[in-house]
Amino acid sequence: MPAARSIPHRHFDALIIGAGGAGLNAALRLAEADLRVAVVSKVFPTRSHTVAAQGGVNAALANVLPDNWHWHMFDTIKGSDYLGDQDAIETMCREAIPTVYELEHAGVPFSRLDNGRIYQRAFGGQSQNFGGEQAARTCAAADRTGHAILHTLYQQNLRAKTHFFDEHFAVDLIRDDEGAAIGALVLDIESGEPLIIEAKTTLLATGGYGQVFRTNTNAFINTGDGMAMALRAGVPLQDMEFYQFHPTGVAGKGMLITEATRGEGGYLLNGEGERFMERYAPHALDLASRDVVSRSILSEIRAGRGCGPQKDYVLLKVDHLGADVVHQRLPGITDICRVFLGIDPAKEPIPVFPTAHYAMGGIPTDRHARVVAPARHGPEEVVPGLYAAGECACVSVHGANRLGGNSLLDILVFGRAAGADILAYVAEHPNHRPMRDEHIEPAVARLARWERQGDGERVADVKAELRRLMEDHCGVFREQATMTEGVEKLKALRERVEGVRLRDQSQTFNTARIEALELDNLVDVGMATLMSALHRDESRGAHSRVDHTERDDERWMKHSLYSRDGDRMDYKPVRTKPLTVDSFPPKPRVY
Amino acid sequence: MTITISVYRYQPDSDSGSTSSASASKPYMQTFEVEAAPGMMLREALLAIKEQDETFAFRHSCGEGVCGSDGVNANGTNCLACITPVADLKQPIQVRPLPGRPVIRDLVVDMTQFYEQYRAVEPYLIRKDPLPEQEIRQSPEDRDKLDGLYECILCGCCSTACPSFWWNPDKFHGPAALLQSWRFLADSRDQATEERLDALEGPYKLFRCHSIMNCVEVCPKGLNPTKAIGQIKELMLEQSV
Ligand code: SF4
Ligand code: SF4
Ligand code: FES
Repeated sequence: MPAARSIPHRHFDALIIGAGGAGLNAALRLAEADLRVAVVSKVFPTRSHTVAAQGGVNAALANVLPDNWHWHMFDTIKGSDYLGDQDAIETMCREAIPTVYELEHAGVPFSRLDNGRIYQRAFGGQSQNFGGEQAARTCAAADRTGHAILHTLYQQNLRAKTHFFDEHFAVDLIRDDEGAAIGALVLDIESGEPLIIEAKTTLLATGGYGQVFRTNTNAFINTGDGMAMALRAGVPLQDMEFYQFHPTGVAGKGMLITEATRGEGGYLLNGEGERFMERYAPHALDLASRDVVSRSILSEIRAGRGCGPQKDYVLLKVDHLGADVVHQRLPGITDICRVFLGIDPAKEPIPVFPTAHYAMGGIPTDRHARVVAPARHGPEEVVPGLYAAGECACVSVHGANRLGGNSLLDILVFGRAAGADILAYVAEHPNHRPMRDEHIEPAVARLARWERQGDGERVADVKAELRRLMEDHCGVFREQATMTEGVEKLKALRERVEGVRLRDQSQTFNTARIEALELDNLVDVGMATLMSALHRDESRGAHSRVDHTERDDERWMKHSLYSRDGDRMDYKPVRTKPLTVDSFPPKPRVY
Repeated sequence: MTITISVYRYQPDSDSGSTSSASASKPYMQTFEVEAAPGMMLREALLAIKEQDETFAFRHSCGEGVCGSDGVNANGTNCLACITPVADLKQPIQVRPLPGRPVIRDLVVDMTQFYEQYRAVEPYLIRKDPLPEQEIRQSPEDRDKLDGLYECILCGCCSTACPSFWWNPDKFHGPAALLQSWRFLADSRDQATEERLDALEGPYKLFRCHSIMNCVEVCPKGLNPTKAIGQIKELMLEQSV
C-alpha cells in the first residue's frame, strides 16, 4: 500500500457512495443543478440491488381505490409498531405522490389502467380511512418495479452527465479534526489502485446487509459497507435489532417471492391445506404486516403443520388467479419459479419460508437525510457534510417493521431530500475543508491490514461461520439465552478476523480482497444487530422475544443506538410529533 | 456427485497466490472438481471453485437473473451463470469469458465499449411538451409495446455473441443498445423520434446488423433484439416516404 501522501486525489462537490435508487436519485438532483458529482459504486450501477425490488412503490395516488397521504401515514406508523418517527413519516407519505409522478415523467414504464393512469395494487398493511378497508397503494411496473426504476434513474443520470466511478470500492470515510466528512478512500477494483475523493459532502447510499444471514433474499453485494463505515467513523447505528424476515422467500433457497403475489389475491396454506392466516389476522388475512405473517408461518411449522416431507415450509397459492393474471402481473415470479423450482405458479403452489430481507435500522439521519449522532448538545447533532439515505439509513420511517412498497419509496424520497440539502450545504460552504495526511491514515491502515501475509484462517470460512451464527442466534424468534451465547461467539469471531489472511495479494480485479473488506463490514453490522437485539427486552414489530412477548411502551418507545467503541448501547426518544397533523398515539396492533 | 469444470484463467499480474504453477501472463484452462447439489446453477459451481482457489475472479451479485453481472460463455454459448443449471451442460463444462471483449482477469471482461454503445443511443425518455401535474397518460396497449424491451439487464450476452459487434465494436451499436433505442422509439411518451432515427443513419450504427439472430438465441431474458432492429428499420422507411 502506498503512503497516504502518494495516493492521488480527485475533487468533487458531492460524493455519493452507492448507485442504487437512493444514490442515483440524489445524484440526479445534483448533476441537474450543475454540481460536480461523483458516484462511487462497487458494481456497474444497474447491478445495484434496487434492481431486484419487485412489487412496487407506495403513493396515495387513488388511481384504483380512494386514498390519501394521511391514511398512508397512519398505516406506516401502525406498521412500524409506533417506533417510526412521525415527522419523517409525514414527509415520506406526502412526498410520495410528486415523487412517483416525477419518476413516471423520467420514463419509468409503469403498468397502466384502462384510463391510462398508473396501475396500483394492494399490498400488506394498507388501509383506507385509518384502519378500514384494504387500500390499493402500490404503483407497479409488473413485478419488476425496482428494475424499471433503477434503469430509468441511471439513464437520466447519463443525460445529466453524472460522473461515475464504476467498480470502485469505498474503503472508509475521511473526517477532519472537527468530525466533518471530507471525502473517502476508494479502491479501483480493476487496477487495484487506491484513490482519494475529496468532497464537500458525502452521501452514504450503500443499501442493506442481508449477507450477514445464511439464507437471505439479498444480492451478494449487500454487505453493510456504508453502515460499517459510519460505525468506524464513530457514528452509532440505530434500531439494528429490527431486521425484517420476508414471509415468502423460496423455501431453502431464499429468492424473494414478492408480496404482490398476495396483493393480487394469492394466499398461504399449511400442511393441512388450511388457510391459516384466518386465525392470526382475521381481518387483513394474508395481507397483514410482514412481521405478523412471518411469525404466523413459523408458528404453523413449529406446531407441526408445515408442508412437505419434513413439514418445514408452507405453500403460497396463486394458481386460482388464472394464467393470465399470473403471467401478466407476475412475470418475474413466473421466471423465478420456472428456473429455480421447475414449476409454473399458475399451475402449482410455491413452497415458501420466512427469509432475511431488509434492515429497518441503519445510520441515524433526520428527514433531510443529514446524519445525526449524539454529541455535546444532545443525541441528534448533525455531522457536518455527512448524509445517508436508503436502506443503509434510519430516518426512521419504518420503525420496527417496514410495510411492503415503502422501501422503494424511502430510497426515492430521502435520496431526493439528500440532494436538496446537499445543494443548500454546498452553496453555504463553497470551499473544500483542508485534508491532511493524518485524516487519511486510518483508512489507509484498514487497506494495509489485509496485506499481511502468512498463515491464517480464510475469509470464506469465517464468513460462513458468521452467517450461520447470525441465523441461529438472531432469527425471527429471539430469547435472552441464545442471544447472550451469540454475542459471546461473535466477539470471539471478531477477534479471529485479526488472524485471517488473504492469500491472493494481486492487484488486478482482486475479488478476494473485496470480500475480505466486506467481511470486516459484515462483522461490525452483525455485532450491532445482535447487541441491540439482546438489550431490547420487549417484542415490537420484527423484534420478537419469546421471553418478553409484549410491547412495552413505557420502557421501550425509544430508538436504540449501538456504538462500535466498547459495544455501547445508548437510546434516544421516538419523534412522535408530525409536522402538520396530530400525532398517532400507540395502540394495540391488530390486523 | 462431482462435476468437472474447466475455467479460463488469466492473471495479468504475477503475485496472486494461484494454486496453479502455470505462467501468470498467459491464459490457460484450469480444471476443477466440484460437488454438485440438486438444482445447482453454474454460478454456485463457480463459487465452489472460488472456495477452492480464492484467486479465481468472476462477477456476480443477485443470483436470480436480474442484475446482469454474470454473463459468461459456457460450452460455447453465452449465458447468465446464475440461471443456468449445471445439469443442462455437458461435462467437462468449459467456462470462458464473454467472447470478443478484452479480458481483465479470468472471467472478467472489459465492457467499456458495450456501455459506450448503450450511452450513444441516448437511452432515456425525451419530452418536449411541458410536463403534466400528474402522470403522462399511456394506454395499456401502448404500454404493452414496451414489454420485451424494458426488461433488458445489460448483461451483454447478446452483443458479445454478435459477429457484427466483434468486427466493429466501435461503430456498430450492437443488439443491446439498439434494443434500447427501440424501447424509447416505441414509447408513446417519447418525443424525439426524428432525432433518434437521424442519429442511426449511416452504414454502421444500425445497418451492420445482418439479422444473424445470435443475439436472440442467447438472450437470457428472452428478448428479441433482431426484431427491434427490424422495427427501427421499418420506421425509418415509413418516415422517409
Ligand atoms: S441479428 Fe444483428 S444484432 Fe443480432 S447477432 Fe445478428 S447481426 Fe448482431
Ligand atoms: S438484450 Fe438480452 S442479452 Fe442483450 S443485454 Fe439485454 S438482457 Fe442481456
Ligand atoms: S448474478 Fe445477477 S444476473 Fe446472475
